[in-house]
Amino acid sequence: MNKSVQRLTTFLVVLVLPALVIFATVHFGNRRGKPEKFIYQNRADIEKKVDHSEFEILQQDFERPQDLTAACLSCHNKRDDELMASAHWRWERESELPNGRGTVSIGKKNLINNYCASAESNNGSCMRCHIGYGWKDKTFDFEDPTNLDCLVCHDNTNTYKKRKGGAGMPSTHENATAEFPVPDYNYIAQNVGKPLKENCGFCHFHGGGGNNVKHGDLEEAMLDCSREVDVHMAKAGQDMSCNDCHLTERHNITGRAYSVSSENNNRATCEHCHTSTPHNDKVIDLHNHKVACQTCHIPVYAKVNPTVMYWDWSVAGRTDENGNPITEYDVNHKYSYLSIKGRFVWDDHVKPEYFWFNGTADHYLYGDTISEIPVKINTLMGKYEESDAKIWPVKVHRGKQAYDVVTKEIVNVKVFAEKKGEGAFWEDLKWDTAIQLGMEYAGRYYSGQHDFVSTEMYWPLNHQVSPKEQTLKCIDCHTRSEEGRLANLAGFYLPGRDYAKGVDYTGFILIIISITGVVVHSLMRLFYKKG
Amino acid sequence: MQKVKIFSRFERFWHWTQMAIVILLTLTGFEIHGNYTIFGFEAAVRLHNAFAITFILLGIFTIFWLFVTGQYKNFIPTRRNFTKQIRYYTYGMFKGDAHPVKRTMSNKMNPLQRFTYFGLLILIFPVQTITGLLYMYYHYPQNPIDAGGLWIAVITHTMGAFLMVAFLIVHVYMTTTGHRITTDIKAMISGYEDEPEEETETKNQPA
Repeated sequence: MNKSVQRLTTFLVVLVLPALVIFATVHFGNRRGKPEKFIYQNRADIEKKVDHSEFEILQQDFERPQDLTAACLSCHNKRDDELMASAHWRWERESELPNGRGTVSIGKKNLINNYCASAESNNGSCMRCHIGYGWKDKTFDFEDPTNLDCLVCHDNTNTYKKRKGGAGMPSTHENATAEFPVPDYNYIAQNVGKPLKENCGFCHFHGGGGNNVKHGDLEEAMLDCSREVDVHMAKAGQDMSCNDCHLTERHNITGRAYSVSSENNNRATCEHCHTSTPHNDKVIDLHNHKVACQTCHIPVYAKVNPTVMYWDWSVAGRTDENGNPITEYDVNHKYSYLSIKGRFVWDDHVKPEYFWFNGTADHYLYGDTISEIPVKINTLMGKYEESDAKIWPVKVHRGKQAYDVVTKEIVNVKVFAEKKGEGAFWEDLKWDTAIQLGMEYAGRYYSGQHDFVSTEMYWPLNHQVSPKEQTLKCIDCHTRSEEGRLANLAGFYLPGRDYAKGVDYTGFILIIISITGVVVHSLMRLFYKKG
Repeated sequence: MQKVKIFSRFERFWHWTQMAIVILLTLTGFEIHGNYTIFGFEAAVRLHNAFAITFILLGIFTIFWLFVTGQYKNFIPTRRNFTKQIRYYTYGMFKGDAHPVKRTMSNKMNPLQRFTYFGLLILIFPVQTITGLLYMYYHYPQNPIDAGGLWIAVITHTMGAFLMVAFLIVHVYMTTTGHRITTDIKAMISGYEDEPEEETETKNQPA
């Protein structure tokens, strides 16, 4: 009797209770919280409140688009003030640069980029994406509100298009083509509304000379895509448009593109809707201290159409035996060589590269001399030690750009002109003239000697968010594998990736010594027992 | 042969629960460290964190128990018989000598055990707990004190883990050095140890 009670007690204390403790720990410990689902509610005011077709002023015969703008402003007064203060109009803004480089006025207008070197001196082509009419040279009047192009953002008919090479002008009766006819101003003006994806996309999908060339995470396919491509914009999903995230008040649009921006403000963030603890799971939510949402939730970009990863200007200018420009294609039928632009490498379903980023960026400015190669056209600031720096997925666009071998500066190149003989590279394929003209327009000195240098430009990724099933897994970063997403991101301890060699080797030696000791000791016991 | 009670019910519960927790912490810990894959990284992290909490709770309760019952005295190191015990393990036991220290309820550990477990209780466990908690909760190692990242906590935690594994290996082996190979482990299960009769013990006592 006594013995069986004892056995039962033993059974309880050495087996049942410990097992219960372990079971309870596993049960409560090993589960993932259920993420909070955020259902986007279309803002009520997106409903059209006003029927523009009833306004007499919009039924007149518009000679010029500027006349239409005047009609818009006759009701929507003061909106021109908002717009004319915006970067969409000025293409520059006062920005405080990091590294104590002071406050400068920079933007698309006067920054070097990694595509056609600069918009400046190529106005006809580049300023097609300006929200104005005809910024073809320095004579453009930034103070004239009728130069504002309301339609490019507010056309809801999807028929308004700015002509190629027109410096922002739509076609006129003189130069209309089948692709770019004269816009039906009455029809468009009577059907205006808040910007649609198509409006923003007209410029933001096509930067750099074609669909998805520049960003990699912004392209035409997102107008009608699946949830796999973009959970937010998917037609079958929430079908959100750009300014559902890029909240806009009085024409101040939130969001930063660090190709031109420098400061950590006015950003459109995931947290705005999702909060900084959306996973309802401590371990995962804590990552947000140091890891941007985008890092896990944008595992690949350029999910439909390829994006340009590499653009080498140094080989541009080659012609065939008759002196005609050449075009070569890669296996995916994307151009891999153009005489006017050089060599291209495209890629799709690209894994981002990862960097610490605190929301501020430096830029290569006119006058900066090349101090490191590759030259960083823009530099994302931030390191692990900074409390607001996070790991961010980035498209790194690499290339080779022309520079002045004497002054060691990246140069402006005049690539665009309407016709041959004006010295533009795309027309005449002559580097020295094109650089000379580009530098002259920008008011910079050119020694006359150029060469090419490797350059890099950094594009933090924000779009093409994947469904949650396709986010990165722990092991994608927390691994010793060379293939780990963060294999090259140094400067901090990453569990699962990092270890101190000395400590680990000493530890394993300690274990080997312990085992050896045990083996030797038991052998000696065995030996003496027999002896 | 006579049966002597050595371990109380709580001690046995404590020992086996702690064994399971430590083994699971070790297995999950080295998986997080990147040495192998058993549970999968995510499960390893969640289990490691959960077992850390259980370990701390059990530890708090055990400290309370040790002091209330006075059993903590078993863990106070002593120099008495220390060299004798070493000599026994390195020499005496091969000749079939008897254990130099007789185990009782109030003196259940030999001087080497006291020394080792004392080290475990006041050094390894607290260091692992503190560095582990830092690892779990100190996410801004630059604020308020610049600790230079996670390195110090993590490296210390790793060193503690290796010492723990070495302890486990030797500890398990040492359980076979009782009167019989299974004497000690049986004692930890049933609470009772089969003590050799008095006369056999005196016979084998060194001169």
